[in-house]
Amino acid sequence: MEYFLLQVLNGIQLGLLMFLLAAGLTLVFGIMDLVNLAHGSLYMLGAYFAWTFMGWTGSFVLGALLALPAALALGVIVELVIARRLYARDHLDHVLATFGLILFFNELVRVLWGPAGKSITLPPALAGTIDILPGVPYPTYRFAIIVVGAVVALFLAWLVTRTRIGMLIRAGASNRRMVAALGVNIELLFTLVFGLGAILAAIAGLMAAPIVSLKIGMGDDILILAFVIIVIGGIGSIKGAFIAAMVVGQVDIIGRAFLPDLLKKVMSSSAASTAAPSISQVAVYVLMAAVLVWRPTGLFGQRQ
Amino acid sequence: MKDLLTALRTPRGIVVAALLVLLGVLPLLTQAFDQRYVLSIGTRVVIWSIAAMSLNLILGYGGLVSFGHAVFFGIGGYTVGILAHHDVFSGWIQWPLGLLVCALWAAAVGALSLRTRGLYFIMITLAFAQLVFYVGVGLEAYGGDDGLNIARRSVFSGLIDLRHRPTFYWLCYALLLATTFGLWRIVNSRFGMVLRGAKSNETRMLALGFPVFRYRLTAFVISGTLGGLSGLLLANHDAYISPSMMSWVKSGDLIVIVVLGGMGSLTGPIFGAIAFFVLEESLKPLIDLGRKGWGEYWQIVFGPLLILVALYARGGIDSLLGRPPRSGGGHG
Repeated sequence: MEYFLLQVLNGIQLGLLMFLLAAGLTLVFGIMDLVNLAHGSLYMLGAYFAWTFMGWTGSFVLGALLALPAALALGVIVELVIARRLYARDHLDHVLATFGLILFFNELVRVLWGPAGKSITLPPALAGTIDILPGVPYPTYRFAIIVVGAVVALFLAWLVTRTRIGMLIRAGASNRRMVAALGVNIELLFTLVFGLGAILAAIAGLMAAPIVSLKIGMGDDILILAFVIIVIGGIGSIKGAFIAAMVVGQVDIIGRAFLPDLLKKVMSSSAASTAAPSISQVAVYVLMAAVLVWRPTGLFGQRQ
Repeated sequence: MKDLLTALRTPRGIVVAALLVLLGVLPLLTQAFDQRYVLSIGTRVVIWSIAAMSLNLILGYGGLVSFGHAVFFGIGGYTVGILAHHDVFSGWIQWPLGLLVCALWAAAVGALSLRTRGLYFIMITLAFAQLVFYVGVGLEAYGGDDGLNIARRSVFSGLIDLRHRPTFYWLCYALLLATTFGLWRIVNSRFGMVLRGAKSNETRMLALGFPVFRYRLTAFVISGTLGGLSGLLLANHDAYISPSMMSWVKSGDLIVIVVLGGMGSLTGPIFGAIAFFVLEESLKPLIDLGRKGWGEYWQIVFGPLLILVALYARGGIDSLLGRPPRSGGGHG
């Protein structure tokens, strides 16, 4: 039972990380109609920025905080130089150009930080465990991710549903021409949304870094998962992205934590430990296919 | 055939013919200059051309952005590899089976994903490719992540020896010519017209009474089967299979090749494949000239190049040769 509880928490933690990544992606797609494959590069660069700043300042928290404005600046630059020219194009151009961006950023990281993976060591305050229930220890850092992730998710919900900017974002998502016609500086709004997405991706990247370690292309595979999440949730829907991220997080963790033991009953233990993670990955894609067959625009997507 | 001869007299026809002749005599050239490595690259170019042409049928002519086409590299390749692993080397079994599996998979994926549009279609094709990718990773009996060496190339009862590199190259080349001819017939047939019509105005084609879904599904299956053919060839060429041959980056590369060469142009993918591999092989030494050791970072130049192509060169290399005579240009 305790093991089960811990795994559910791990699933929530993973789900929140993926939600942060997916939220930026779904905002950018919902409002600017841009397929941004390079969103995973922002995730990766957020982590690398944090690594560098942590080296300079010697502080984990300070380094993480400094990485956010850096990611914002990067996002704004990418928007101004490239993304903005793509909004009026079709999806194929988006795929091609942002695929080029991925290649560029991956090589850039190799040039600037070297090909070897890097790791971030946690400060002692975050490295231990805390008791989430009396006598049930849980890694402090993972718990911190859940707290930060939940706070950011709540902040995002507040921003989108309760503020003027959020109102403009929602209006932009349903009819951007009308918003522009009403005198809103839509270009500035687009840049802001892109920058917000970059910050969210960087938060996800730098929080994941101590667990998964930094490597070139670390954002690429998780990006595909983030796309799966926004497609399941319905593109443009933050609520959908949140629910889908939670479900995908749980599916992934169940596959990793419980499947190997089940499989070991029917196959050799080495075969089981190879097969289990891929079965859980496969399950995520099957889930997505099933959702799309049932609802071709995702759970909360706008019907066409 | 008359069309073909008229086409030959245009600038495009001359360039294509020259290119095909050059590709045809490549083994003789590489033997004369003793450049085995160049022949290996040439073989990859030809195989990737077949794959890119098959993608072009649905992407360029059908307007369907499939982001999972490399899965057919994988399925075709794994059929060869898995059968070879169980000591079945006969090409008479390996190849038809590989094509059949690809056709069935394409039919299943197409039937599900063609219900969706836009980004959903891009993502669902990607998701199905990832699904097969992770099945490959999980197949511990067939090497899992590390892949599998293939002990022997496919055997065709002594008719043709694929171990002989020039022979294998010419086989790939002959299949490329056959693919080009077959696709030329397809895109200029009534079937091809419906497919292209549905790309520019689906509602209108539906109103005219064409079952667009079935036409698209058929094109998807043809495309997947041809993609599987290139997978069979690739596995034979590398004598090795691994999940990385169907990673999503490979699917991205295929899209890049199609767009670089010119979407909706029959021979565009061949231009694209040549340009892609020539760029890859020449950017490295070029950058090395500027600064020693930096050649391995060639993608830092290649990436922005793709962005420029996406932004400013929609027609790809093919558009440099003027508008095609009969088939419409690549308007997205």
